[in-house]
Amino acid sequence: MSTTAATRPVGVDIQESETNRSVVEAIEATNDGCTVQHMPGLVRITAPGRLVITRESVEERLGREWETHEFQLAIVSYFGHIKEWDDDEIVIAWDH
Amino acid sequence: MTIAPKAPRKLTMKQRYEALTRDLDWDPSYVAREDVFPHTEFEGIRIHDWSKWEDPFRLTVDAYTKYQAEKDKRLYAVLDGFAQSQGHLSLTEASYLNAMKLFLQGVTPLEYQAHRNFAYLARHLNGPGPRFAALCQSIDEMRHTQTEIHTLSNYNKYYGGFHNYLEQHDRVWYLSVPKSFFDDALSAGPFEFLIAIGFSFEYLLTNLLFVPFMSGASFNGDLPTMTFGFSAQSDESRHMTLGLEAIKFLLEQDEANVPIVQAWIDKWFWRGYRVTGLVAQMLDYMLPRKVMSWKEAFELYFEEQMMKGLFEDLAFYGITPPRHVEDAIGEKEILSHQVYWVLYQFSHAAAFTTSVPDEEHQQWLAETYPDTFERYYKPLWDKERKNIEAGGRHFVRGLPQLCQVCQIPMAFTEPGDPTTICQRESVHKGETFQTCSNGCQWIFEREPEKYVQAWLPVHQIYQGNCGGPTLPDVLQWYGLEDGDGGEYKGSLDDRNWTQWHDAADHSHIGSEA
Repeated sequence: MSTTAATRPVGVDIQESETNRSVVEAIEATNDGCTVQHMPGLVRITAPGRLVITRESVEERLGREWETHEFQLAIVSYFGHIKEWDDDEIVIAWDH
Repeated sequence: MTIAPKAPRKLTMKQRYEALTRDLDWDPSYVAREDVFPHTEFEGIRIHDWSKWEDPFRLTVDAYTKYQAEKDKRLYAVLDGFAQSQGHLSLTEASYLNAMKLFLQGVTPLEYQAHRNFAYLARHLNGPGPRFAALCQSIDEMRHTQTEIHTLSNYNKYYGGFHNYLEQHDRVWYLSVPKSFFDDALSAGPFEFLIAIGFSFEYLLTNLLFVPFMSGASFNGDLPTMTFGFSAQSDESRHMTLGLEAIKFLLEQDEANVPIVQAWIDKWFWRGYRVTGLVAQMLDYMLPRKVMSWKEAFELYFEEQMMKGLFEDLAFYGITPPRHVEDAIGEKEILSHQVYWVLYQFSHAAAFTTSVPDEEHQQWLAETYPDTFERYYKPLWDKERKNIEAGGRHFVRGLPQLCQVCQIPMAFTEPGDPTTICQRESVHKGETFQTCSNGCQWIFEREPEKYVQAWLPVHQIYQGNCGGPTLPDVLQWYGLEDGDGGEYKGSLDDRNWTQWHDAADHSHIGSEA
């Protein structure tokens, strides 16, 4: 195989909205090397190998409590595999 | 001093999921397990441990309903605002709605069918994890059906083509393409359905199907459709996960499952891909304001994300990219042109309108498809321009041969040769059947007993099952009315649109439609 799970891009599309601006900023701050692209009505964030959304970093920017379930209101699509989704973080990565 | 009672300890998401979703399952004591779940063995899939099924969303019924209710509230606020502000007048052009007519007629009824079959899976899968995920998806699909109908019903007050979509889905020739695709999946076993719809449709092709419609809506002033689209897509990410979990689960459970799953991927990739031909022409021809071309969408959502992402991941299990995928890639610069040319010539028998792309539009097509448009397709439009100048916009009066599998008129061309029609023949029990491509022929020959039963609209017309022998008989049976189909220029929608936009007094708008 020409790529590995560690570097192959994963990504998520998020609806462009007031609340989600904090989510996007949090993702940018948490994931080194991620790329943010604005498309009509949505924001696409891709990263090599792994993309993490943490509750703490979203809450910091949003200034209120944010449970990770709330990400369901933001997400439009993704590629990769949702490896983890618990109270503190959501991780998108390939398995193999 | 009173001591405040200790706050009840909150369960973590994992604990809640274990307690409220997984732990509600029980082992039957006086009925055999195979009698409770009688449908999960006949396809040859071997499952050893259902508890290994993961649901990363860890959904519980309380979290599910809370967030779904929030999604609906947001959507309906937008629908109300749009209707109250005469939002339909801020669309780019009335012809934009052709994309939405096609969506309501072709896709919305599939959402309902998906609702039905996921309800079936929610009953019949052996494990509580996949059962609950399927139940949520079943309810989601019902929500999508309803929100799509509500969203587009506002346009039905002012424009043609929206009023009879359900009956048309069952009867009209181009709608038999999506309908027969989904019927094919509904009549398969539960595991094949999961690979057909859960994996191939929801994961492999969903972005190609939905994101172009939603982005098209966003660019063309259709706020409600964009909002329902994003609202539905947020569920879609859960559905993608169910599809991906399904395939990984089947592959991890037993090596003997691998060739069965591979054959389903091969079949359902091509089945789904053929349906996306309707999306291809929508993107390149129906949107007054372009978003991205089919070629760009295909390269981004399929070649980049699926071929270079997903299939590298699945290679670990011995899964290879779908059979005939090279034919699909080879078609990316010709597909939309061929499909729209068919729809253009047959829109007198459709519930949408078509028109010759104008100068600017053709310029865009030439720039976007530098290797194909000017060479193969512009000459067709030039010729049609001359026809129109001579007073004769043409519609085909005959009936086309349909592919026995995808049911699209046989207008596709040989791989690598855009000028020769591809026509494959297979003989089954002494009878000859036609297919449009290597992919459809392979699917036919793998299960001929299934596809010889296809309800082909053209055959049905000839057999006298569609209202009568003449065109008006058939159109009446389709439930088509004046203003639904034909040429866009000069159509009822076009005339109303111009009149509404020129009028100083808007108070009468809608009453003349």
